[in-house]
Amino acid sequence: MSRCCDEFSRSALLRRGVAEAGSGLPAIEPGMPLPAGTGLDRRTFLSRTLGAALTVYGAAALGPRTLDAAIARGAAAGAGERVLVSIFAPGGWDSLSLLYPAGDPAYRRLRPTIALEPGDGPAFAGDSRLHWHPSFEPLAKLHARGRLTVFPAIGYSHPDQSHFTSRHYWEVGALDAREGTGWLGRLLDAIGDDENAMQGLSLDSSLLPSLATARVPVATLTDPGDYGFWSRNVWDVPAKLLPDAIGSLSGLVDEQEPFLAHASRTAGQAARLHRQLGRFVGEDGRARYESKAKYPDGEFARRLAGLAALLHAGFPIRAVALQAPGEYDTHSDEGGPLANGAKEVAEALAAFQQDLELRGLGRRVATLLWSEFGRRAAQNDTNGTDHGAAGVAFLLGENVRHRMVGEFPGLARGLDRDGNLRETVDFRAVYASLLEEWFHVDAARILPDARKLPRFSLLA
Amino acid sequence: MPSSLPVYTGRFGPEEAERLLWRAGFGPRSGEALRLAELGLHRAVDALVHPPREERLVGRPPVVDGRPLAPRDAYGHDHLWWLDRMVRTTRPLVERMALVWHDWFATSNETVGSQKLMLQQNELFRQIGLGSFKGLAMRVTVNPAMLLYLNGLNSAKGAPNENYARELMELFTLGAGSGYTERDVREQARALTGWTARYRNGAGWVDFHFRRESHDDAMKVVFGKVGAFDWKTAVRLCVEHPRHPAFFVGKLWSYFVPVPPDDATAKLLQELYVRSGFEVRPVVSAILRHPLLYEGPRMTKSPVVYTAGLLRTRGDRIETEDWIWLDAMAGQQLFYPPNVSGWNDQRWLDTSTFRARWLIAERALRKHSFSPEHAKPGERPPGDPRKLVDRALGWWGSLRVSPHTRASLLAYAEKAMAAAIADDYRQRAFPLMTYNALRHLVAVAPEMQTA
Repeated sequence: MSRCCDEFSRSALLRRGVAEAGSGLPAIEPGMPLPAGTGLDRRTFLSRTLGAALTVYGAAALGPRTLDAAIARGAAAGAGERVLVSIFAPGGWDSLSLLYPAGDPAYRRLRPTIALEPGDGPAFAGDSRLHWHPSFEPLAKLHARGRLTVFPAIGYSHPDQSHFTSRHYWEVGALDAREGTGWLGRLLDAIGDDENAMQGLSLDSSLLPSLATARVPVATLTDPGDYGFWSRNVWDVPAKLLPDAIGSLSGLVDEQEPFLAHASRTAGQAARLHRQLGRFVGEDGRARYESKAKYPDGEFARRLAGLAALLHAGFPIRAVALQAPGEYDTHSDEGGPLANGAKEVAEALAAFQQDLELRGLGRRVATLLWSEFGRRAAQNDTNGTDHGAAGVAFLLGENVRHRMVGEFPGLARGLDRDGNLRETVDFRAVYASLLEEWFHVDAARILPDARKLPRFSLLA
Repeated sequence: MPSSLPVYTGRFGPEEAERLLWRAGFGPRSGEALRLAELGLHRAVDALVHPPREERLVGRPPVVDGRPLAPRDAYGHDHLWWLDRMVRTTRPLVERMALVWHDWFATSNETVGSQKLMLQQNELFRQIGLGSFKGLAMRVTVNPAMLLYLNGLNSAKGAPNENYARELMELFTLGAGSGYTERDVREQARALTGWTARYRNGAGWVDFHFRRESHDDAMKVVFGKVGAFDWKTAVRLCVEHPRHPAFFVGKLWSYFVPVPPDDATAKLLQELYVRSGFEVRPVVSAILRHPLLYEGPRMTKSPVVYTAGLLRTRGDRIETEDWIWLDAMAGQQLFYPPNVSGWNDQRWLDTSTFRARWLIAERALRKHSFSPEHAKPGERPPGDPRKLVDRALGWWGSLRVSPHTRASLLAYAEKAMAAAIADDYRQRAFPLMTYNALRHLVAVAPEMQTA
């Protein structure tokens, strides 16, 4: 049984519901209470439910017509606009197992019981010391096809080993505990539409922090096939008429009754959303879109499949955030949990990439896969690893230029005083490069430290 | 400026009594609005603010999977336990005030991690929620759940934790940046030091107590006053601060009336509050008699008020754990407010929470739903669309709706019934299905989401 540290459970609690557009992230001083409904309990809880549907953040004044119109307008203008998908692997995954340095003489010494053998996973083309974790074989194949850039030692200087703080830095794109908006949120504030909530899409039950905006609306959606208005013992014509009947409850305008009018408006918005999502929903209420690739089972894969379908249908999406399955805070007995999580992630991403390419969307979508830090080079006494510093990240897409950006510093001279991997690439430099190359936005408008950061030519 | 508080003098019929019951409680049980209306406004308000000393719950006790609730132990049963009180109480204002204080002194079990301690705090709100605010603020300050939530526990001389000191002023008594400085926060934090407890494996935190040696008993300067203040004086200084009455009245008012009071009303309520010696009851009592409560706009029901209201209207009891996730989905799981500032009352309804309310209504209707195939002859409603709409509104306690809503419901019923013509099966089944659907639609109508 894998155990995780207390602080991670706190950080995990903060995973959902932490960001609110316009309100930003919660303060993170020690002792600051957690936002409610963010707990793991609730997470398990929600998985038994029908799930939450699309929620629009930061658009209190957004009327149903403007939502409709903005989606239509965005869809007309947005076919062909570029999309960035940010996927967070929670817990600080063990980069030295996911891309393990079997060819480094120190590896076996540092990890006597958990080291993988050279023959366990495919060799990594780019650095003969490194091998792919067996679960990452699908990623190795994408790498071989030139679809994947690897950042083998990504992080930032003076790393913070708190899950919460380090993740916060990555989410906001700055080493600033007080920054209240996400880096993608600020991007949307700069290039986004005042009314198109779909432009920033959190494929989660709540808004993921990197999408927290200060100005423009963004949205969360658990599953496009999950917004039904079913009623017990009602079927046939009376059931078919029901969504429109809900919509007809809107239009109650009364200047003396703002809350009544708001309740009425909400009914209308719900009915419209139901209609918009309707083309993805079959008679049985389940998702109906057809994927061009075969996805594995699981919620993560389902969300990616839904995303590909939404993009293909022309939904005006620019930035997407979601979480990878798996728990990577592997303080003990890490082998099994790490392998399971990594397998699910890699298989789903391979299907997603294939789906995008077969739909002709391959050159429009880039996906960044990251974790808040890597883990200590030396294993601990419980067949696990403790919090480290630099880790591994991946950029997936049809237009990636490189196999690898930044080198693997090695275990002899590449460790810091605490025995953690030193970074060879600052994650903020990757953000700055993506902002400028992919979105043609001056990174200095989005990232406070942009001028001090190098740039990489990441995407063609 | 009037010298006495404005009092509603219009008609006090069942409609007004019903609004009063929604604002001061969780809506009427069958016949309750009528009985209250017969008392007239003043006796009706008196009955609410002077409830019987003993709690009496009416109706059948909750049962989940054939067993009673385990509020201290089973996950979410704390929510069900309180929801049950909201549904069955005969002292609605007592429960409503407990909900007000739960939001005002928001404490989340996410951090506290003990349903037992949360329920203990809840009982405090129930016991003294209509009494002295000063007394309440003192009891909350050293309440175990709050000590855990805002780091009052083990905040000690030399290393005072400022969390509670800050929120005490910012959120509980004065308002952000109102009449205090950062230095006051630090000095109050020193005054609040000294509370500790023991952690026992298996039992959690026990034996909360004040430990003299941990308390910073040196001189402090708070709001320009000098003294060797402790936790009691820390609270007293806040409640007696000249800015406190305006904060208190403004905040308390907002729980009952969705638009702010005029300046004269606010001023008079503040005077009433100070004159009474910081008592809650007289202020609530005056708010419940104020014309704006009856003549002002309707207010959005919070998710638990909505849920409890549906069950009260039908005289139903808690029979499922589903209310936990349904209310959470709608945005309000009791004992888990989103943060220390409580729930955001301006954000109860969006496309996601609207759907949650649709599911809540479905759950409430489930046991009353008629199967088109198995309904008995007496359960079969008429096929006339107008009668179907009337019956659906009647089923929900004769809900009064706007002409617009009535027209929407009627249009649905007419379309559904028009499709029933010339088909025996449909003629037999559609009235029932339409009736089921209409009751569901009524339950999410704007008039049902607000009161």
